[in-house]
Amino acid sequence: MKVTEVQVGLASCGIAAGAEAVFNQFRKILGSKVVVKPVGCLGMCYNEPLVAVITDSGERFLYKRVDAALAKRIAEEHVKGGTPLEDFLAPDDGFFKRQVRIVLENCGQIAPTSVEEYRERGGYEALRRAIQEMTPQEVIVEIQQSGLRGRGGAGFPTGTKWSFAAQEPDPVKFIVCNADEGDPGAFMDRSVLEGDPHRVLEGMTIAGYAIGARFGIVYVRAEYPLAVRRVKEAIAAARKAGFLGKRILGTPFSFEIMVKEGAGAFVCGEETALIASIEGRRGMPRRRPPYPAQSGLWGHPTVINNVETLANVPWIIRNGAEAFARYGTEKSKGTKVFALAGKVRHSGLVEIPMGMTLEELVFDVGGGIPDDKEFKAVQIGGPSGGCVPASIAHTPVDYESITQTGAIMGSGGLIVMDEATCMVEVARFFLDFIQKESCGKCTFCRIGTKRMLEILTRIVKGEGKPGDLDKLIDLGYKVKTNSLCGLGQTAPNPVLTTTRYFQDEYEAHIREKRCPAGVCRALLRYSIDPEACRNCKLCAKACPVGAISQGDGPFQVIQQEACIRCGRCREVCPFGAVRVE
Amino acid sequence: MAKRALKAKKEKPQWKQILQKHPPVPESVIPLLQAFQERYGYIPPEAVRAVARYTRTPLSQVYGVATFYAQFRLRPRGKHLIRLCQGTACHVLGADAILNHLKERLGVEEGETTPDGLFTLEVVRCLGCCSLAPVMMVDEETYGRLTPRAVDKVLAEYRKGKT
Repeated sequence: MKVTEVQVGLASCGIAAGAEAVFNQFRKILGSKVVVKPVGCLGMCYNEPLVAVITDSGERFLYKRVDAALAKRIAEEHVKGGTPLEDFLAPDDGFFKRQVRIVLENCGQIAPTSVEEYRERGGYEALRRAIQEMTPQEVIVEIQQSGLRGRGGAGFPTGTKWSFAAQEPDPVKFIVCNADEGDPGAFMDRSVLEGDPHRVLEGMTIAGYAIGARFGIVYVRAEYPLAVRRVKEAIAAARKAGFLGKRILGTPFSFEIMVKEGAGAFVCGEETALIASIEGRRGMPRRRPPYPAQSGLWGHPTVINNVETLANVPWIIRNGAEAFARYGTEKSKGTKVFALAGKVRHSGLVEIPMGMTLEELVFDVGGGIPDDKEFKAVQIGGPSGGCVPASIAHTPVDYESITQTGAIMGSGGLIVMDEATCMVEVARFFLDFIQKESCGKCTFCRIGTKRMLEILTRIVKGEGKPGDLDKLIDLGYKVKTNSLCGLGQTAPNPVLTTTRYFQDEYEAHIREKRCPAGVCRALLRYSIDPEACRNCKLCAKACPVGAISQGDGPFQVIQQEACIRCGRCREVCPFGAVRVE
Repeated sequence: MAKRALKAKKEKPQWKQILQKHPPVPESVIPLLQAFQERYGYIPPEAVRAVARYTRTPLSQVYGVATFYAQFRLRPRGKHLIRLCQGTACHVLGADAILNHLKERLGVEEGETTPDGLFTLEVVRCLGCCSLAPVMMVDEETYGRLTPRAVDKVLAEYRKGKT
């Protein structure tokens, strides 16, 4: 078995984990004898940096957590010597077993910006078929029949959106790819743009053909420098190969794509705010209707689709609507990509068929909770979403079922929480985010969230009052109903779901001034177990306020009045004698 | 810090070159502000005025844009920009402790610059490397799986002159 290729995962998270040094090491040792290729994200972020060694018989060896030293050994012993290093291979832990990869089919498998490699895996075949063999109307019908819905969060049927824009008589129309992935805890769009940018460009071009647009804009976060670079390179490569530009593939259809960098505003994920931002203004939403599909960018019909939505399009055209609709549930077809993170063993990027339950997602795909802690909840949908408790984790992943829990599907951020996560604190965290990101246009979103945040801050500080809970819920519903855009309408979701499912935790904070998860600093009480203490006085030395002194015996004690609960004593104690409750 | 402001002042006569890379329309406001920030690490007040004049947009509107988006900075920043992630995953995995540690080690609050002009500390929402949480970026480099000790090591490298 001759090794023909070495692939190194060089997406943002791989680079952050040190993949560049690994890549350089392989290049240095192997020179031009073996292809050393940078690829995108495989999704196995918990094992980064990842290296795949491929042989001439097509066999694939995946190494995990590779550093420069291990890279050297792999290069010498496996690539040159032909003996795989069994001990360092990523074990088959079921991570891929239940996944269905449509959007991510090429991520981590090909050189991201190469047109040739993309085409080898069927790329641009859908575009060819659409513009040479189908009418725009047929393309729209195909997408409608597939049941594809917007993956940005709201789940509006994509084909229907396209048909609205297609019906408009205006000769100038636009396609906008929404890559302003602002949800904290979400990195799906980044991975797709970094790992397989051509797929998104192809989807946009097909959408352009379907609605009669000649111009597309990728609106991408400036915080994703690598994604910006890869998309720009991919656009240049596609233009050179004739998949973008004038008279594509000899047809009368012409299409151009440009990149617009966002400047950091969560609200710009909202369609009308995004349009305002492209037009050079503050990203503030406006009233709808008219919907952007009728009157959007500079007053022209504009279809705005999320990265993941567009990345599904080529697959659907290539394999047919029926093949796509085979996955999923009655109303939610296909797959959904999730960024799995938080207290979960296999944090990373996963793509699952709709209809899988949250529990299966966390345990079968995600490998469960680390350190044998208890699974408490998942936060789904980011700051607009909510916390779904373990007790109803049998909820299937589809738009309607998730909405019923009070959360939303959202764009795919999924944070797993264990018993050591305080739900009140989590609610406060999200509200703090929303409060800072509110554009300020609607009174309830601007001031209502501020008042809610003040109440929550008070509660986690141990200054909660009876009646706070009712006030929070009341304000929450008012913010929901009196805000113009999606941001405000969903802003109270994290608070409303946690008050609904974890009311006792709120009560404990308010009435008993106690944080059951042991997170809220102001409610903690540090003490030293005299039995376990060896009187080494390390804690007394570390205490920044001198609150620790000699007790009545060979042990130290903490003066509760002076303690600022910084936890330093607990960090330095070699005997684990500092207790916290 | 002062160096950047001085550089901006010195180069002012050549700002035309920066401006003319984009057409003189309101749509250019954001890319132009981004261009100035990229060059100087912040947007000099004079540049806000220049962008307004060039794009024929009211100054109030350009200032409104410059203060609306999180990316824009109207004050000079230090040599190295530390961006600590406070996204959900980082938050759940203890980014608060890292933030406190950074504040203590640098002696500054969020958004401030150290007196020696070496570091500016900023808190951002999600750098998209959630599986490496807690994460921070120093300039363009990302550091993951942070602990207070790992932070000290990184700071020491930059203090020793890492660029």
